[in-house]
Amino acid sequence: MSDLMKQSPLGIYVGHLNKGELAYQVCMDDGKAFFYPRAVAPETGSSNIEWRVSKGLGTVYSTTVVHYKGEAPLNVALIDMDEGYRLMSRVEGIDAMDVKIGMRVKFKTHPGDEKNLPYPVFTPAGDAK
Amino acid sequence: MTKTLKRGSIAVVGAAESDLGQVAQHTTPVDLMAQATMRALDDCGLTLKDVDGLFVAASQVRMGPMQLAEYLRIKPKVFDGTQIGGSSFMSHVAHAQAAIELGLCEVAVIAYGSTQRSVSRAAASPREFNPYESPYRPILPISAYAMAAARHMHQYGTTREHLAEVAVAARQWALMNPKAWEKEPLTIEQALNARMVSYPFTVRDCCLVVDGGGAIVLTSAARAKTLKKKPVYVLGVGETLSHANISSMPDLTVTGAAISGPQAFKMAGVTQKDVNMLSLYDAFTITPILFLEDLGFVPKGEGGRFVAGGTIAPGGKLAVNTSGGGLSYCHPGMYGLLVIIEAVRQVRGECGQRQVKGCDVALAHGNGGVMSSQCTVIFGSENTL
Repeated sequence: MSDLMKQSPLGIYVGHLNKGELAYQVCMDDGKAFFYPRAVAPETGSSNIEWRVSKGLGTVYSTTVVHYKGEAPLNVALIDMDEGYRLMSRVEGIDAMDVKIGMRVKFKTHPGDEKNLPYPVFTPAGDAK
Repeated sequence: MTKTLKRGSIAVVGAAESDLGQVAQHTTPVDLMAQATMRALDDCGLTLKDVDGLFVAASQVRMGPMQLAEYLRIKPKVFDGTQIGGSSFMSHVAHAQAAIELGLCEVAVIAYGSTQRSVSRAAASPREFNPYESPYRPILPISAYAMAAARHMHQYGTTREHLAEVAVAARQWALMNPKAWEKEPLTIEQALNARMVSYPFTVRDCCLVVDGGGAIVLTSAARAKTLKKKPVYVLGVGETLSHANISSMPDLTVTGAAISGPQAFKMAGVTQKDVNMLSLYDAFTITPILFLEDLGFVPKGEGGRFVAGGTIAPGGKLAVNTSGGGLSYCHPGMYGLLVIIEAVRQVRGECGQRQVKGCDVALAHGNGGVMSSQCTVIFGSENTL
């Protein structure tokens, strides 16, 4: 049950990221995982929602490389997590153009900065199942 | 109980652009809306006193119907500020049709204006902060469409050359449109080697950033027959929403056009074979490819190969975006109203050098957000009634 007077979905999510965890939600009425965090489950409208911690493994669904003037090319990707939900992120640790659709990736927490709360990023996971 | 709109019950009777390109300093979006509105009314011989329905959307004007009604000092009985991005105006056509059929209003104006070239794209369409996307700094909306293109390339073998074909076809059409922003020819090589923005898109895969606006006037089929120009009937409409942010789009290779298209075709009672000309919102080179597939003109996955070799260029098999499109004619940010205006002009036979011969049926498809809203309108001449 969510009580927006006490905690927000984003607040709980960031709390997990601060512990190095990627959290997601499952609607207990239909059993479906969803992302981004919500106070109400999509489709069912249920508030019978469970928070879970992801195993942190996913697959690149799509990818692009953005070019800002005077900066190194930057990867932006959509990641399909093994638990059945998708999120936007980036794959770090390799050249942005080497990020390929279908690549297996694993989660780590980026601590955030003056503009952003902590957020998830990914690194190549080899052939991790 | 489901009621449906009636094929051909209303018609577009007036259509006009505002000044396009780069307007004088301090021109406002509402100046452009008002200018286009008066040109569209002149086009059909109606006046402001006739207007009792007002439909407005713009990224720089949050409460469009109020702003334009104040500017023109009119008191519309029906107004609608539905803002779902570039497809808003196709949605307005459907809503205007409902209002006119019910007798809630008789003469509807749909208007739009933007000064995004003058004030910058960032100032004209500031992005809402999204804690789940903004930290990754996608260049939106470009990167969203780039990821759709990347996925389409991965899944179906579409290539960057296919994307460039769309840009080149648009440019060839634009060279036949005196109002087009781009005046120089473009080659596949030039498109491929242009400045990379968000892979696989170079700047030539992306729509223009210019100032501009437009307006159309709609009324009942009965009244339309009494006005200056040949009515362009609304045969079918369809509209759908699927998501707001690209990370929530279920399948990046399938747009809501697969829903809005069949709705519009069913209401219009026509098939793809009957369509003489398509006006498809080309925010990026991937979108006409996706829409040709999702609207049923080519099988899913074949759009890239279909456009290769000039199929949609002047003289090709299928006339698409004869104005030069958002890629080469004009793209003030929410280009959908100009998508409609070109379809209307083709059905009227007003397109001069770029006129599609015997154009009785034209399809205008609008796209909004990051492939988020999709709306289709099928127009027909008197011959189609």
